[in-house]
Amino acid sequence: MTGCYVVEDREKLTFRVSRETLVSPAILEEERARLFERCWIYVGHGSEVAEPGAFRTRSVAGRPVIFCRDQAGHVRCLVNSCRHRGAIVCSEREGTQRSFTCPYHGWTYDGTGALTSVPGDDAYGPGFDKGTLGLAVPPRLEAYRDFWFLNFDRDAEPLAQYLAGAKEYIDLVTEQSPSGRLQVIAGVQEYDIRANWKLLVENSVDDYHLPATHSTWLNYMRSAGVTTRPQQGLLLPTKGAGKDLGHGHLTTDNPNFRGRPVAAWISIYGEDAKADIAEIRAELVQRLGPARAARIADTNRNLVVFPNLVVNDGSSVTIRTFFPISPERMHVTAWALGPAEETEAQRARRLDAFLTFYGPGGFATPDDVAALELVQQGCVAWRDAPWSDLSRGMAKDAADQLNTDEGHLRVFWRRWSELMERRP
Amino acid sequence: MSLPTRAEVEDLFYREAALLDDWRLDEWMALLTDDAAYYVPPNDKPDADHRDTLFTIADNNARLKERVRRIKDRNCHAEHPHSRTRRMIANVRVTSAAGGAGKDCEARANFVIHRFRRGEDVRVFVGEYRYRLRREGDALKIAERRAILDAEELGSLGAVSFIL
Repeated sequence: MTGCYVVEDREKLTFRVSRETLVSPAILEEERARLFERCWIYVGHGSEVAEPGAFRTRSVAGRPVIFCRDQAGHVRCLVNSCRHRGAIVCSEREGTQRSFTCPYHGWTYDGTGALTSVPGDDAYGPGFDKGTLGLAVPPRLEAYRDFWFLNFDRDAEPLAQYLAGAKEYIDLVTEQSPSGRLQVIAGVQEYDIRANWKLLVENSVDDYHLPATHSTWLNYMRSAGVTTRPQQGLLLPTKGAGKDLGHGHLTTDNPNFRGRPVAAWISIYGEDAKADIAEIRAELVQRLGPARAARIADTNRNLVVFPNLVVNDGSSVTIRTFFPISPERMHVTAWALGPAEETEAQRARRLDAFLTFYGPGGFATPDDVAALELVQQGCVAWRDAPWSDLSRGMAKDAADQLNTDEGHLRVFWRRWSELMERRP
Repeated sequence: MSLPTRAEVEDLFYREAALLDDWRLDEWMALLTDDAAYYVPPNDKPDADHRDTLFTIADNNARLKERVRRIKDRNCHAEHPHSRTRRMIANVRVTSAAGGAGKDCEARANFVIHRFRRGEDVRVFVGEYRYRLRREGDALKIAERRAILDAEELGSLGAVSFIL
């Protein structure tokens, strides 16, 4: 159906989204069932569980999970709930251990989730089969380039197919490592935003908001010697694109003006970093050729993997995922990502560059949070002003959509509509 | 340097808290040395080093000046209108002996910061300050301040947009 929540008018060239989608508990319930139970949902990066026995506990799509590597070296995702009475089996944030013992009655599971010991198991009858009482696992767990995703839909298409055009953009990040090995860096940023989760999807790729929301960041960049004057006819210094990657995935793809640890120097990195960044650049050129090296080093890309994974490759690389707590609130988790073989100085520079923009104490993210919370507060009046407008760029072809247009935001909402408004 | 008394350190911390609560940020900056740094470690790695771990805030002096400029700017949406904050400083301890001429000394204190914004629930930031202090002339100045949050994650505290 042409939905009642997402309304596209190809004659008037308007695109509107009902603000009810941002406030309704019933719609959130539908989203849980149709999006979070059926799409591929990001769990973690393989580097977070580098050694056998390594584990991280987290919440994914509303479930407590143990993301871990078993003794045989296979990455696993176990539902962190004892099969006996349901208690959380592992409360540690992270660690390395061979098994998980439930604190309540002492049932013990190995790193594959198999139930290995039950205190006093002679009290059970013959029908009690430990072999069927391993920790629950999502029906599907697959990886692309060590980015691990789960799917609660047994019949879902393979991850590699699901990711469609998003794969190329994950490649552009992965290839920054000479060995193709990326590493999630220690230190996780977990914070709530009092806003609907879909607003962060939009915000992560919406470059239209940059001049108004982030003028203080632009001031900071300017005082660090970065040219921030918009090009003639544009809102930003370079002409970027908003792209449809298929299956609801989307990205910005912008010529860089703000510096990149790999590998475009700006004055903020300091004079002594110049030679090092030139070397990183030379390695890219030697390994991948000048065209691919330029593609990696001279563009910034904010990628959305539908529905809730963002990989920002800008001032630094960040993985960000977020889940709704209620229609009006989300929980965000963000990590920094870098080539595994970075030197200490390169790693420090990457982290420093990260904080110029990203994160709850960065120079830009707090204002994004403020903006999204203002949207949520305003949308309480959704009955009086029912529609949000996402029509920018509608008069142009898909190929001509700028990063400051809303063509790529429409990609998300069209997919949302397809999955949410199609009658079963 | 000669070791400051606890009373002297308390005076400095109380004065700092009052200036921050009053948004007198330029006067607050005058309490810092020219090379002062400001850190908020990540909640999951409170004792980590900002060179190998992603912090919430890791400002050298240049960036700290930019941060103050930013949050004074009315286009810093996260702090305009300004948060109202009230800081409680307690358990002040001078934790290191003077290391000789020119050496900084260290002090710690507990903090509770209540933060209020219109239309929002109160947010309570609890943690420990770790300071490096230096005597410059007659003044005891802040060479480094580290605000370590006790919360396991920022969670409902949201962003850290004012000076902790």
